[in-house]
Amino acid sequence: MAKQQDELILLDFWASMFGMRVRIALAEKGIPYEYREEDLKNKSHLLLESNPVHKKIPVLIHNGKPVSESCIIVEYIDEVWKDKAPLLPSEPYAKAHARFWTDFIDKKLYQPGRNLYTTKGEELEASRKDFISCLKLLEGELGDKPYFGGESFGYLDISLIPFYSWFQAYETYGNFITEHESPKLIAWAKRCIQNKDSVSNTLPDLEKVLALFNK
Amino acid sequence: MGKDDVKLLSMWASPFCMRVKVALAEKEVAYEEILENDLMGGKTELLIQSNPVHKQVPVLLHDDKPVVESTNILTYIDEVWPAKPLLPTCAYGKSRARFWADYIDRKVFPAGRNIWTAKEDGQVESARKEFLDILMYLDGTLGDKDYFNGDNFGFVDILLIGLTSWFPAFEKYGGFKVEDHYPKLAAWITRSYARKTVSESLTNPEKITNFVGMMRQMYGIE
Repeated sequence: MAKQQDELILLDFWASMFGMRVRIALAEKGIPYEYREEDLKNKSHLLLESNPVHKKIPVLIHNGKPVSESCIIVEYIDEVWKDKAPLLPSEPYAKAHARFWTDFIDKKLYQPGRNLYTTKGEELEASRKDFISCLKLLEGELGDKPYFGGESFGYLDISLIPFYSWFQAYETYGNFITEHESPKLIAWAKRCIQNKDSVSNTLPDLEKVLALFNK
Repeated sequence: MGKDDVKLLSMWASPFCMRVKVALAEKEVAYEEILENDLMGGKTELLIQSNPVHKQVPVLLHDDKPVVESTNILTYIDEVWPAKPLLPTCAYGKSRARFWADYIDRKVFPAGRNIWTAKEDGQVESARKEFLDILMYLDGTLGDKDYFNGDNFGFVDILLIGLTSWFPAFEKYGGFKVEDHYPKLAAWITRSYARKTVSESLTNPEKITNFVGMMRQMYGIE
């Protein structure tokens, strides 16, 4: 239950697409919180205590109680602050649908995306094909709707939009252009950035993410 | 309101399908089970149409609308038939249940698979160690409670209990017994099996172990 003086701390890393999901959700709901940047090579005691099993960001600590895993955190936020800007649909079937596609993004899009900048040769080729086919499936799911949530920006939009900040990195290392492969997805991403402050204020510059690899 | 038409596309050896069966039994929801062929046969048209992305069981068809991915199906079942809730009612309790659900889904079955597909002794040993390390966290979170959900059998219990039908196979090929390492977890397995909803939904572990033996032969492991 949200109290008058909630203490909220978010342990995060600026470039993490999973952390961005949480920041967008909190912004959508207008919830104030303290952001703490983690050095992933030197994780804080608080992070290791709050997420002893995985030791990963993001972790949201609400009045001293930690919540881990980005999708779980977003659902938690949606349930606790349920009177403002609902993120998940209210109907169980639509909810199941949104959760299915978020699970798809996490299981099928993330790793091939990562492989684009960590592998080469045949493995890179195979990952590029996988990545592009996942984008096309997501594009199919979007269809002609303005957002994955329909008329309103919602849970599935939040799950995917952070990946956009990594597209320049994916394109550079994967040697493809997303706009050629999935133009509707690019249009959707730009629409989210243009229409939603929560997104434009959260997503880092694409160049900044790309610069991570030039160090 | 018309009677709900509920069908479950399943496969007898799948622990993910067993989970859904336990959940439907706990909620006393009547359903028709449609068995897919096992590994040898091709996938049915109905499965491919209902789950075009993954083409996998289980698929719940509720008034012909498909819901896929077993954990997602359990959440759906809990929301559509809210009597006797499987998830805790408070948001924090739900987030803890979902955390352990995610942990179980990511870790247990793949680690078990590493055991029965291991070809050399060294591989078996490291796979066994990995599996037992994973169970250590689960044993720790169970603690002295009767169930992961507290006093009542619930969401996390259902997600894990289906997988335990494969444990005797992991034990056989890994050369260990869960009860020697984690007696509380072993007691939880026994306690859960005493529930009719579980004993009637889970495939006999002996049948699973034979199935794993057959797959090992097929893959040239033995």
